[in-house]
Amino acid sequence: MSSDNFVEISDLQFGYGRRAILKGLDLHVPRGKVVSIMGGSGCGKTTLLRLIGGALRPSSGLVRVAGESVADLDRDGLYRLRRRMGMLFQFGALFTDLSVFDNVAFPMRERTALPEPVVRDLVLMKLHAVGLRGAAKLMPGELSGGMARRVALARAVALDPELIMYDEPFTGLDPISLGVISNLIRTLNDALGATSIVVTHDVRESMKILDYCYLMAEGQVVAQGTPAEMLASQKPYARQFFHGEIDGAVPFHYPGADYGTELGLVQRGR
Amino acid sequence: MVDKGWLTVSGIGRRSIESLLRLGFAARFLGLTLVQSLTCLRRPRLVVREVYFSGVLSLVIILVSGLFVGMVLGLQGYQTLRTYGSESALGVLVALSLLRELGPVITALLFASRAGSAVTAEIGLMKATEQLRAMEMMAVDPIARVVAPRFWAGVISTPLLTAMFTAMGIYGGYLVGVVLLGVDEGSFWSQMQNSVDFREDVVNGLIKSLVFGVAISWIAVFEGYDAPPTAEGVSGATTRTVVTSALTILFLDYILTSLMFRGL
Amino acid sequence: MERSSLDVWVGIFVVGGMVALLILALKVGNAGDLLRAGPTYTLTASFENIGGLKPKAPVRSAGVVVGRVGSIDYDPETFNAVVKLHIEQRYNRFPRDTFASIYTSGLLGEQYIGLAPGGDEKLLADGDRISKTQKAVVLEDLIGQFLTSRAGEPAGK
Repeated sequence: MSSDNFVEISDLQFGYGRRAILKGLDLHVPRGKVVSIMGGSGCGKTTLLRLIGGALRPSSGLVRVAGESVADLDRDGLYRLRRRMGMLFQFGALFTDLSVFDNVAFPMRERTALPEPVVRDLVLMKLHAVGLRGAAKLMPGELSGGMARRVALARAVALDPELIMYDEPFTGLDPISLGVISNLIRTLNDALGATSIVVTHDVRESMKILDYCYLMAEGQVVAQGTPAEMLASQKPYARQFFHGEIDGAVPFHYPGADYGTELGLVQRGR
Repeated sequence: MVDKGWLTVSGIGRRSIESLLRLGFAARFLGLTLVQSLTCLRRPRLVVREVYFSGVLSLVIILVSGLFVGMVLGLQGYQTLRTYGSESALGVLVALSLLRELGPVITALLFASRAGSAVTAEIGLMKATEQLRAMEMMAVDPIARVVAPRFWAGVISTPLLTAMFTAMGIYGGYLVGVVLLGVDEGSFWSQMQNSVDFREDVVNGLIKSLVFGVAISWIAVFEGYDAPPTAEGVSGATTRTVVTSALTILFLDYILTSLMFRGL
Repeated sequence: MERSSLDVWVGIFVVGGMVALLILALKVGNAGDLLRAGPTYTLTASFENIGGLKPKAPVRSAGVVVGRVGSIDYDPETFNAVVKLHIEQRYNRFPRDTFASIYTSGLLGEQYIGLAPGGDEKLLADGDRISKTQKAVVLEDLIGQFLTSRAGEPAGK
């Protein structure tokens, strides 16, 4: 493998039971870049993140993170690898029984033996980076959606991870929070010298911060390139996705019996 | 068709297999919880916190229920014993029924509906909001960090609550029998002390409550962890915790009673 | 919830549970007797019939509990019940001819062993055997037995 790819995925197959989700996926994420994985709902993007994080094991194919094959690691190895990752979940997934401060302190207290004063300073620095130092005493229930996402982001980068994964970071945010989050994704990535994977279906916002983009459909990569290349792409699915066309490669109608037949307008042979 | 499914032979078979699988997973889950319990020893604060939420917050309902159960026992016992002219045995009746049966069983039932359901809902909600997954991604085992402390808090709280319930109940019986109905105070206590055996009655009652505590805590954390990560899933799991706990408590009570008091 | 006040509440909770346990053990149950029980010495007594006597039943003299019934065995040679009595060390001045009988407390109450001291100069010591025993009998006989043994006591007792 080439050393400048932090995450390498080749011919990855995965399914829940008999339902295949990923069908031979190839993808690589260069070190230091912000790469986004786009695709319609239910195309397996979140599953892909869970495979990279080692929460799921692939049916076949290879997932390499930092040079290690994730599926071959034992529990300890996996946990060691996860210490180098941070993940932002769709709705933040803040611990509802802990305050904002304790949420950000959680990974430090659980995984390091740092003395409490150091933890305190580090937490305040992380919270300051996302602009929420003043909210340290609040409980997650008292935060707005955008603030919760920022706290979760501070928690995800609490231990300066090398890989940050974002699962739908833009869902359900107002335009201002949206801009704040997308800006933070870029600046944190560059400040930490990390590598970021952003799973999203928000084209407009993510295109501003991306280095490279993969478009997924039905468990495979159907298009890839820089944002500019993607917007100019003439592949039917890519065109429909990036320009929000209603009908196209993905039909508007869910497959069903013939419309006329179902309404009884066309006589069947009875 | 799916709704009627369980009436058919194949439906019954499928359900049986599903329940068997679930039971197997539950057993494996208990094993994992026990293995991951070292964290609780290393960080007792985690357990203390959960004892607060399960035990301390159940205190009022337990004490009030204990008082009233004891008072009812005093009243009913007095009416019955008076017909035989042996009101002085009221203390024995109240103490033995509370120590052997009512204390452990009612406390366990109340604990299951007050604290067990809360634990299920909490863990289920943490699962539904991806908090457990987030923890796993931070290389922290949710079974060690979330499940085990709640399990042990339940196991610790139940016998303590049972002791308080029973003591409260005996004073409730005393209040009604001695203070209100005029049973002789001396014979109330002395007959009780002569008939109640520490090992036979007090310790066996505590063993019962400990077994109930393990059962409730196991059911509660498992239902929470196994809940479908949706609103209906969590509410269904909460209901199942209460129902399964109640049935398990009563079933285990019969088994334990037949083992413990066989010789009497 | 502040950390320290949470700790205080859990502390109160645990102490409360322990106090309740102590109440159950000492005030409700008989653990107090077990704890208080100092050193004891053992006497043996054979009865033709022990009725419903059980281990741990009280041993009384003049109505005062002086010990507990230990084990109850059956002697296949004499066809008698052999009862071990654990008597508290401080009550070690029972005469040789002490009479052991089985009584019932009240009409339906528990059975216990009553010791009626005789007038012998020699005293019973650890491991000795009480030779004069009275089996468990019906109420009328017990009353009779009680009166006779009373009559044999020295005056002023």
